[in-house]
Amino acid sequence: MSRRVGIEVSIAVAEAVRLADVDVVAAYPITPQTHIIEHISELIATGQLDANFIPVESEHAAMSCCCGSSAAGARTFTSSSSQGLLLMSEVLFIPGPLRLPIVMVVADRALSAPINIWNDHQDIMSQRDIGWIQTFAQNGQEAFDLTLHAFRVAEDRRVSLPMIVTIDGFILSHVIEPVKLLTQEEVNQYLPPFKPRYRLDPKRPITMGPVGIPEVYTEAKVAHNEALKASKKVILQGWKEFADLFGRQYHPVETYRSEDADILLVTMGSISETAIGAVDAMRDRGQKVGLARILLWRPFPGPEFRRATRGAKALAVVDRCLPPGATSGPVGTELRSLFYKVPGAPKIFNFIAGLGGRDVRVKHLEEMVDKTMAYIKRRPKELYEVIGAHEK
Amino acid sequence: MPDTEAIVGWKTITFGCHILEPGSSAKFMTGDWRSQRPVLDKEKCIRCGICWIYCPDMAYSRTQDGYYEVDMDYCKGCGICAHECPRGAITMVPEEL
Ligand code: SF4
Ligand code: SF4
Repeated sequence: MSRRVGIEVSIAVAEAVRLADVDVVAAYPITPQTHIIEHISELIATGQLDANFIPVESEHAAMSCCCGSSAAGARTFTSSSSQGLLLMSEVLFIPGPLRLPIVMVVADRALSAPINIWNDHQDIMSQRDIGWIQTFAQNGQEAFDLTLHAFRVAEDRRVSLPMIVTIDGFILSHVIEPVKLLTQEEVNQYLPPFKPRYRLDPKRPITMGPVGIPEVYTEAKVAHNEALKASKKVILQGWKEFADLFGRQYHPVETYRSEDADILLVTMGSISETAIGAVDAMRDRGQKVGLARILLWRPFPGPEFRRATRGAKALAVVDRCLPPGATSGPVGTELRSLFYKVPGAPKIFNFIAGLGGRDVRVKHLEEMVDKTMAYIKRRPKELYEVIGAHEK
Repeated sequence: MPDTEAIVGWKTITFGCHILEPGSSAKFMTGDWRSQRPVLDKEKCIRCGICWIYCPDMAYSRTQDGYYEVDMDYCKGCGICAHECPRGAITMVPEEL
């Protein structure tokens, strides 16, 4: 029987990795690392997890090791965030096209400069196009569940793609929450052993990662992109089976009080729970406000998002990333492109908030909704605005 | 210059773009893009085999009489052999169209 415990979310993720019985964990053990890797290294050192832990010299080496071990057919996990994720970046583009199902949990944090260790989404948004499946957890339970789901989906032979589960740094990674942990028997029912289509084997040599000459490169990129898009079916199936077994059902776009809502807040990650509070408060005052939370970010669930927001007059889209010089935040840009010239599309207003650990409270979300109501009548001058940025 | 047309489809390309046949690089004619070729002066050659060792495309092979000859299907014309030859026995000569 699964048990509900108070547990730090990083430790819960490490427990999910133990239950997944990984073979190799390659990680840089120093900051910006979290307790996820610290706890996993303890589990391995004390014999509670039979795996190889490779304490590499950098995140670049961590992801390189992960590519090698996954190619050799080992179930592979790593974790990083912030500057560490950026140091990995060169290698992060490789396992997707090579179809290596590495699982990584990213504890989202801000990027330097100025130096800042707190939470926002700038690190993961800068790695948006690495060609991995990407999901966003809003609480500890989801962090645990989505980690197991990631192994299940990534390693499915129809998918065979790397997958990131994103949890908000500190707000989730360092906070104790109630989490229902599954037992080994339960996880075994859900997660079959890893059986890759191809693996590096000296007895049956193949080449992974050859040169892609101009006559081949485009087709290789399209094949990867098509595989990523097609993975949605397996992602949904993975959630359906999870719900059948354990009773918790996830969707690519989660909604809250969204039917009949005129305005929908659009959020990702942990501020979505704050947004639920904001929606309740505004509903109490008679405002027709709801919430659409993007849980699946890559591949982007376009049809599901359109369906989830059907009937809304406007979207108040929250970005936790400020891309300098861009037309709007990454989520704002994505949704404007999704709805461009779609008949009956909601108006889209983009708010950037919660950078580098700045709190996003109910009042800030209410401010975004109030502004959205005003902007429906009178278009704002700018395509986005930064909430709470003081001028003087 | 000919257009770079696709030689494979995205549906038919191998999984992960892997190459499933071992040793298939022998099929890749690196001599295609050579702009100069090594020409040997046998008078100077001492048959030391340095050219054979240094050639990055393994285009050299040893002949019966102990000299080294180049397979022009693979010689890419880099000139390393000519640079490394201790006797100056190899001259790089421009290819003519
Ligand atoms: S390196 Fe020069 S001397 Fe030596 S075998 Fe080659 S051509 Fe002859
Ligand atoms: S020119 Fe370069 S490729 Fe050609 S034989 Fe000499 S070393 Fe080999």
